[in-house]
Amino acid sequence: MKMTDIMPPGLALKKVDERIMTLNVGPQHPGSGHMRIVVQIDGDYIVACDPDPGYVHRGEEKMAEYRNYITNVPHLERPVIHDSCNVLYPYVLGAEEILGIEVPERAKYVRVICSELNRCIYTMYWLAIYGIFLGHSTMFMWPAGDRELLIDLMEKVSGARVTHAHFIPGGVRNDLPANFEDVCLRQVNYFEKRIKEYAAVFYDNPILISRTQDTGVLSRENAIRYGTTGSVLRASGVDYDLRVKAPYDVYDELDVHTNVMKEGDSYARSKVPWLDMMESCNIIRQALQKMPKSGSVRTKLKPNPKTKGPATVYKRVESGRGSLGCYIVSDGKTEPYRVKMSVPSFRNLLAMPNLLIGEKLGNMPSVYWSLNYWPVEADR
Amino acid sequence: MSALAPKFKLSEFIKSILDNAFWILFIVSLIGLPLIQILLFYIEMPIIDGELLTPFLAMTWLADPTRSLPILKAFMATDMFRVMAFPGFGFAALIAAATIFVERKMLAKLQLRVGPFYCGKIEGILQLAGDGLKLISKEIIIPAKADKPIFWAAPVIFVATAAAFVALIPVAPGWVVADVDLGLLGVFAVIGFFPIITILSAWSANSKFPFIGGIRALFQMVSFEIPLILSLLGVVILTGTLNLSEIAASQSSFPWIVFLPVGAIVFFITMLAELERIPFDLPEAESEIVAGWLTEFSGMMYGLVQLGTYLKLYAFAGLFVVLFLGGWNGPMVVPPFPEELLTGVEMGPLTVGPFPGLPLFDQEMLNGTLWFVLKTVGVIFFILLPRGVFPRIRIDMLLSLGWTKLIGLAFVNIFIALGLLYAGVLGPGGLQ
Repeated sequence: MKMTDIMPPGLALKKVDERIMTLNVGPQHPGSGHMRIVVQIDGDYIVACDPDPGYVHRGEEKMAEYRNYITNVPHLERPVIHDSCNVLYPYVLGAEEILGIEVPERAKYVRVICSELNRCIYTMYWLAIYGIFLGHSTMFMWPAGDRELLIDLMEKVSGARVTHAHFIPGGVRNDLPANFEDVCLRQVNYFEKRIKEYAAVFYDNPILISRTQDTGVLSRENAIRYGTTGSVLRASGVDYDLRVKAPYDVYDELDVHTNVMKEGDSYARSKVPWLDMMESCNIIRQALQKMPKSGSVRTKLKPNPKTKGPATVYKRVESGRGSLGCYIVSDGKTEPYRVKMSVPSFRNLLAMPNLLIGEKLGNMPSVYWSLNYWPVEADR
Repeated sequence: MSALAPKFKLSEFIKSILDNAFWILFIVSLIGLPLIQILLFYIEMPIIDGELLTPFLAMTWLADPTRSLPILKAFMATDMFRVMAFPGFGFAALIAAATIFVERKMLAKLQLRVGPFYCGKIEGILQLAGDGLKLISKEIIIPAKADKPIFWAAPVIFVATAAAFVALIPVAPGWVVADVDLGLLGVFAVIGFFPIITILSAWSANSKFPFIGGIRALFQMVSFEIPLILSLLGVVILTGTLNLSEIAASQSSFPWIVFLPVGAIVFFITMLAELERIPFDLPEAESEIVAGWLTEFSGMMYGLVQLGTYLKLYAFAGLFVVLFLGGWNGPMVVPPFPEELLTGVEMGPLTVGPFPGLPLFDQEMLNGTLWFVLKTVGVIFFILLPRGVFPRIRIDMLLSLGWTKLIGLAFVNIFIALGLLYAGVLGPGGLQ
């Protein structure tokens, strides 16, 4: 098998002839995010597509090599600040294994709650942008407003509205505030009621359905072949969720239901995260019920903790975009030798050229953003 | 302080104003006044009522109501007043401005936010004035490779065409700028100009995204003009006239929407497409083609295009009211005027009145205007509403909607009209 067979055809730009117009859907385009998509169109049809990420590369992985295991926490969550707990989760799990720390039971439940809240916060932000990409301004404003409910909860927990830096090796930074269970339950119930209302204005909207159905179809085989993860994979009919398949922390004690859709089109990819949000509400309710009512949430560490010796560890979690892995190499010093993050955004991006070729230009925003892609995370 | 944000000093600001005033006075007194003095030798000064009309006398007359009111009254009877103020541009621009404000507030309420709030203390009522000031004060940037004459002219022509459309809409009996016998045909002719202006401005910008937007606008407008024209044929068949005033007058007992609901629906949908409103705002689809054919417009050029768009919106809503909702017809709610207002009130030695414009603005006209405005505002509300509910449609879906479904429905409407005509229910010999 040659390399060109595996490579999506959009990555190799063809020779431009007279009929074909090259569009830079570039970093300053309202429909691109922090990246550039070089699109070639023949009339209204896309004939070639070359996604060009890398505009917000910040060298997070290299920065991690100069800081010890604790001080790495605040900057490693920067790639996806809306999903900061989940983005930090695999690093924290790996660091705990390397440092050899046991995590208290209550901290594991707090982590699950924070992780699911963050998943909802991220997905609401994503959904808002999906709405405005389709020209639905109400769907931009509603999720952006309802997201505040959960942001307020996370503010109560961690003190910060967006960049929480709440998960640390050894547990979580602070215990939950007093009376948090009641407030959380109330807000999450109201949140679930609100997102169910989105069906009437968005997901059951006939224009939306006719516009996004059967566009950018990613078959089950291709979804696995391109290595997509998360909602994109589940929308193509693959029942794969790390919370079920490879449970971490206390997910094995909770009843997690995976939402799978078979269509693999843009509509299914936009609906699966919405269903996942309702599932997250269920998980939060379960975790609040099963959580130990008192106890420590943090194993005390020395200021500059030493590792036991050379070790490598790879941990994965299910983030808002899919399985997010973190590979940590330790050479026995106080700083990690190498931190490598395997991010779901970049995996999902690889499927984009294939989905866009042959589509109409009008489908570009809906297909692009349905891939659950966060440009900053892909660049790291 | 950087060069980008120079330090603002009140004293320097006042100094610059005084500088300007000094130079203006300097030039006026050294060049302007002598020039006027020289010219006055050769100009015959008007003599009115045996008095030489000096500027001082003219100012005195302006302050004297017995002199100024007849002038005002005479102006109200002219065509210029109709074009500039009441059924024409000024009235339409006022409604357009109100529409923009209502749209922003209404969308905000729909989306659980407040909308314009701070400018003008009361619910951000002056936000539009602020936006207008901002647009005027912004720099106009022309793309280097643009075809400059056409690019400059396009927004102006756009507003002018929209104003020409406004001129054809009758507001009250006899109150229309251009009362032509082929008014509806004139409407079709004016609508036919919009795609040309759009494609010219898009092409002259010499940029890719405006070009795609212009092509989309061309496709959309041309393909929706056919169902638009066909949907109005039913009304023409039943009334037997193309004069918009006569069409409005023919609905004194019932509006045509009662008998031709299919035509009204088709016309409403095509209207949304012609106005580039959501869900048909493809030519301005921001996530696909930045701002479509408006991408390269900046500053007041963009403001002019927006003004033209909202004038067009008012004109289309007015056309819908005239054709389907009975125009100015409605129950008489305006009370008759007291006799003194028409003849004049005697206050001691003075006789005040008649009130300027009163014989012109009679009871019937005020009532007609009231009903017309009420109906138009209702239609505008329904034009604005889909923006909060629907996402954007795709170009192929749009074209198939226009060419298959709407044209078919328009023909159904024509058959309904013909059936009503030949059954003798309506038309000559029927109810009318």
